[in-house]
Amino acid sequence: MMRLAALALRRLAQSLPVLAVILVGLFLLLQLAPGDTVDALMAQMGGGSAEDAARLREQYGLDAGVAVQLGRYLLRLASFDLGQSAIYGKPVASVIGERLAVTALFMSCALAFAFAAGLVLGVLAARRVNGWPDTLISTLGLVFYAIPSFWLGLMLIVLFSVKLAWLPPGGFETIGAGLTGLARVADIATHLVLPVVSLALIFLAIYLRLMRASMLEVMSLDFVRTARAKGLPEGKVLRRHVLRNALLPMVTFVGLQFSTMLGGSVVIESVFSLPGLGRLAFESVVQRDLNTLLGIVLVSALLVILVNFVVDLLYARLDPRIGA
Amino acid sequence: MKALRAYLRSPAGIIGAVLLIAVIAAALSADALFPRDPLALAGRPLQWPGANPRLPLGTDNLGRDIAGFLFHGARVSLLIGLVASVVAVGIGVLVGAVAGFYGGWVDDLLMRITEAFQTVPNFILLLVLVAVFGSELSVITIAIGLVGWTAPCRLVRAEFLSLRNREFVLAARGLGMRDMPLILGEVLPNALPPVIVYASVVMAIAILLESALAFLGLSDPNIASWGNMIGAGRSVLRTEWYVSAIPGAAILVTVLAFSLVGQGLNDALNPRMQVL
Amino acid sequence: MSAPLLSLRGVSVRLPRGADREFALQDVDLDVAAGEILCVVGESGSGKSLTATAILGLLPAPRVTLAGGRILFEGEDLARLPPARLRAIRGARIGMIFQEPMTALNPVMPVGRQIAEVLEEHGGDLARVPALLAEVGIPDPPAAARAYPHELSGGQRQRAMIAMALAMEPRLLIADEPTTALDVTTQARILALIREIQARRGTGVLFITHDFGVVAEIADRVAVMQRGRIVETGPARQVLEAPSHPYTRALIAAVPPLAPPRRPATPPGPAVLEVEDLRKTYRSGGLFARRRSVEALKGVSFTLHRGETLGIVGESGSGKSTIARALVRLLPTDGGSIRLDGAELRATSRAAFRPMTRHIQMVFQDPFASLNPRRRAGDLIAQGPRIHGASRAEARARAVRMLELVGLDPSAADRFPHEFSGGQRQRIGLARALALEPAVLVADEPVSALDVSVQAQVLRLLAELKARLSLSLVFITHDLRVAAQVCDRILVMHRGEMVEQGETAILFAAPQHPYTQALLASVPGRTWTPTGPEALV
Repeated sequence: MMRLAALALRRLAQSLPVLAVILVGLFLLLQLAPGDTVDALMAQMGGGSAEDAARLREQYGLDAGVAVQLGRYLLRLASFDLGQSAIYGKPVASVIGERLAVTALFMSCALAFAFAAGLVLGVLAARRVNGWPDTLISTLGLVFYAIPSFWLGLMLIVLFSVKLAWLPPGGFETIGAGLTGLARVADIATHLVLPVVSLALIFLAIYLRLMRASMLEVMSLDFVRTARAKGLPEGKVLRRHVLRNALLPMVTFVGLQFSTMLGGSVVIESVFSLPGLGRLAFESVVQRDLNTLLGIVLVSALLVILVNFVVDLLYARLDPRIGA
Repeated sequence: MKALRAYLRSPAGIIGAVLLIAVIAAALSADALFPRDPLALAGRPLQWPGANPRLPLGTDNLGRDIAGFLFHGARVSLLIGLVASVVAVGIGVLVGAVAGFYGGWVDDLLMRITEAFQTVPNFILLLVLVAVFGSELSVITIAIGLVGWTAPCRLVRAEFLSLRNREFVLAARGLGMRDMPLILGEVLPNALPPVIVYASVVMAIAILLESALAFLGLSDPNIASWGNMIGAGRSVLRTEWYVSAIPGAAILVTVLAFSLVGQGLNDALNPRMQVL
Repeated sequence: MSAPLLSLRGVSVRLPRGADREFALQDVDLDVAAGEILCVVGESGSGKSLTATAILGLLPAPRVTLAGGRILFEGEDLARLPPARLRAIRGARIGMIFQEPMTALNPVMPVGRQIAEVLEEHGGDLARVPALLAEVGIPDPPAAARAYPHELSGGQRQRAMIAMALAMEPRLLIADEPTTALDVTTQARILALIREIQARRGTGVLFITHDFGVVAEIADRVAVMQRGRIVETGPARQVLEAPSHPYTRALIAAVPPLAPPRRPATPPGPAVLEVEDLRKTYRSGGLFARRRSVEALKGVSFTLHRGETLGIVGESGSGKSTIARALVRLLPTDGGSIRLDGAELRATSRAAFRPMTRHIQMVFQDPFASLNPRRRAGDLIAQGPRIHGASRAEARARAVRMLELVGLDPSAADRFPHEFSGGQRQRIGLARALALEPAVLVADEPVSALDVSVQAQVLRLLAELKARLSLSLVFITHDLRVAAQVCDRILVMHRGEMVEQGETAILFAAPQHPYTQALLASVPGRTWTPTGPEALV
C-alpha cells in the first residue's frame, strides 16, 4: 500500500507541470488571436469610439503587460474563477457544473461498453486466430473504426427512432414526464443507448484490436509454456496467466484514449441534443463565447488528468512490477 | 521492390489500395465529369437517387447534385488528409527525435508539452483553434495537423529511445560520428517504418476530424466537404435520409481505404508490430 | 540396465515451409533411464530444445508438428495420448525447467501461488509449498512464496522453477539450458542442486545444453546432436575423452581448455593506456521519480602495455562492460582519468574527443545488433575512415583491404548484414574497428554470442591480427576458458571493484582473492581437459 501511495503522489506531482503548460498555452493562444475581448465587445455593441475602447481595455486590465496579464489570469483560475459566460449571463463555473453530470454519465457508459465489448471480442478473436470468428471480428473492427460517429448516430436515429420507433431520437430524458426512481433510470437509459453506441464503436474497434494483439503476444511468452508444462488445462492457462497480463496494455490505453473520447462527445452530444459539456463547447464556439470555451478546456483537461490518475493506480494494482 | 511484393501478399493491403485508387480517381476526374460548381443549384431539391437520370444520386435539400458533390468532396478530403498528416507527422518526428535522442531534461520538457497537448481533448482543442483563428480551409487543415502530432511523436520517441543505445548506433558514435549524421543516417531510417504505417492512421483521423467539423457547420463553408452535406441533410433526416447517408458512406470508404493500406504497409514493413 | 524411463524412437519434427530445412528433428532415438542424467548437446539450431518440447507435446503447432515416431514414457506413447491424459502427465510425472527463469515465471503472480498451481492441478498437498522452497535452498520460504518473480534474484528464480518442476516428485525432469542465463557461480550451485536432488530421488534427467563444460560437470551419458540428428551417444566419459564422430571431435576441439597456454616471457612494452581511479555511478529517476543510484565502478586503475591483451573478467553487474564503454566514451564517467599515449580522454570535451576516436576502437558483443541493417558491409567499414577525413575512394579501398584482412571475400562489400552468418558479421565488426588503425582495441564479449566452433575461428583471427598489427587489446569476457586462452594479464572485477589482477598463468594457478578462487572453482568441467584443442595463440 505504501507503494501505491507513493506512486499516487508522484503521479499527481507529474501532472502539475502539464497543467501549467496547458494554462500558459491557452493564455498565449488568446494573445495570438486577432482582436481581443474588447474588440469582440465593441463589435457586439455595434462599434464605438477609440476612447471607449481604451477605457474598456483599462477596465479589463488589457493595458497591462503580457506577464502581468498572465499572472492575473492564473490567479483567477487558482480561485476557480472562470469568468462570466456571455451567452448564459452566469459564471462559467456554474454553467459547466450544470452540464458535468450528463457528460460524466455518458462517458462512463461509453467507456464501459467499449472496454467490455472490445475485451470479449478481442479474446474470442485471439482464441480462434485466423479462423472464421477471427476474420469476422477483425473485419468488423476495421469497419467500425472507419465509421464516422456522427453519421452512425444519424443512421441509428433513422433506423431505431424513425423507422422502428423503438428508441428516442435525442435528449437526456423525457421532459415533463415527472418520472422518479427506477422509472427515471430506465428512461435515461433508453435515451443513452444510441449515443453510447455511436460514440463507443470506434473505441470498441481500437480495444478489440489491441486486446487481440495483446493476447497473441502474451500467448507466445515463456510463462504460458510453463503453465502448459505444469499440466494446466487451456481454460486455466488463459484465465490465470494470459488474461491478466494481456489486460495491462488495455488499461494503459483507456487512459490514453479518454481524452479523444471526451472530444468525440462534442459531436455526439450535438447529434442527440444531450445537455452535456460537449454540446456546450459547440454552442460556445457558434456564439463566440471564448470564456466558456476555455473553461471547458480547463475542466476537460482536469477530467482527463483525473481519469489517468485512476488508471495509473489501477495499473499499479494489476502489475506488481510498477513503482517497486 | 521486396517491400512491394510483401505488401501485395497482404489481402488487406490489396483491398485498401484498390479503394484508395478509386477515391483518388474520383478526386482527379471531378472537374472533367462534373465541371459545374458543386455548391451551386443543380436542379429541384430533394430528388431521390435514380429518379432523374441526369442526377444519378439525386439532389440534397439545397438542390446540389449529390454525385458531383461526392466527387469534388473526395478532392477536399484527400487534400486535408494529406496536408494535415504531413504537418502532424512532421512535428511529431521532429519533437520525438529530439526528445528520444537527447533524453534528460530536453526529453522531460518536450514530453510535458506533448502530454499537455494529449490532455486537452483533440476535438475541443480544434474548436478553440477554429474559434480563435477562423475557419478558412488552410487554417482548418493546419489546425487538424496541430492537434494530431502527439501520437506520431510518442512513437518516434519510443523508437529513438530504444535505437539510440542499440549497438550499431553506439558503434557509429564510437567511430567519432557527429550527432546530426548519427540521427539522420543511423537512427532515423531504422525508426521510420512504424511511422510510415502510422501516417495512414493519421490521415484517416484527419479526414474524420474535418468531416465532424464540417458536419457541425464549423468548417470552411465555401468548400464541398462531405461532412457539410451530412449536416445539411439533418433537417430532412426523417424523410430524405439518403442526403446524409450517401456522403457518410463516402467517408467510410475513404477512411477504410487508409486503414487497410496502413495494415498492408504494416504487414510489409514490420511483420511483428500491430497498428492501432 | 532396466527398461528405460523414456524412449524416443524415430522421432521426426516437421518445420514450416520456407525454413532452412524440412525437418527440425529426424529419426531421433534417445533413452533416459531412471536415476541417470542424459545430456543432449549441440550448437544453436541443432534441434535440441525442440526435442524437449516435443516430448511434452508443447510444439508450437500448427507451424511445427510431430511428423512421426514414438515417445514412450513408462510404457505409454505420449505422441498418441489424448490431450487430457497428456496433461495429467505434464507437471506430475514429467517436470520441466526452462532457460530464462525471468520469462518462464508469470510476472504478475506470486511465486508460491505458481508452485501451488501444480499441486492443485494434480491433487498434491498445498501446504508443501514452503517445504519445497526450502528443499531447493531458498532462504525464508514463506517470504519467497509471497514474492513476485521480479523480487527474487536470478538464481532464486531458477530454484523456484526447480521447486515447481519437482513439486509432484516426477519420475522424469527435462531441463532445457537451465543455467545458460545464470552467472558462473550461480550456475555451479544450481548444477549441484539438480545433481543432488536427482540422486536423492532417483529421478531421470534429460538435460539440454550447448556447453561441454556443463556436460563434463553433470552428465552420466551424452547424446550429440547436429542439424536434427543424433550423431553420437555414449557414456559421458567415453564421449568426452574419446569421441568417435568427427563432428563431436570438432566440437570438443573447439572448447578452450581452462589451463592457460605457455607464453614466451617477453618484457612488457611501453604503457599505451593508463586508467586511474575510474568512477561511475548510475543514477535513475528525475525530478519526480524515486531516485536510485548504483555504484558501477568504485575507483578502477590499470595499465595496458603495447602489444598486450588485458582481460577483464567478472559476472553480470561487476562493472566490466561499464569499463569498456567508459574507455571509448560511450558512457559519461564521474571521476578518475583515462590516458591514451599520455593524452587525457576522459575529461576532454566531446568535440576534442571526436578526432581521438580513431586511436581507440571497440568491438561489440551482439553480431546481429552491432551492424546497421540498412548499410552494406563495405559502407559500414568505410564509415570510420570517411568520418576521419579519407576520400570516398580511399575509404572504399581501405574497406576492401580490411575485408581481406579479416578473411572475407572483397565481394562481401556489396552485401547487407542480414546476408551474413553470426561469425561473418563479427568479422565485419572487427574490420570496421580496425579500418581506423587504432592503437587500442576494446572488445566487449566479442565471442559470447557465437557457437563454440565459430567462437574458436574468431578467437584465432583475433590472435593473428593482434600479432600482425601489434594491437593492444582490452578483452572483456565472462568466460574464464576464453580468458585463459586469449589474455596475457587478467583483471578480476566484482561489484564495481577490482579484486585482483595479475599474469594469466599465475592468476589461474594461484588465485589470491577469495572471490577469484570461487570464480575459478565454479567453472563447469574444470577438471576435464578437452582433447586435441588447436592452439589459439
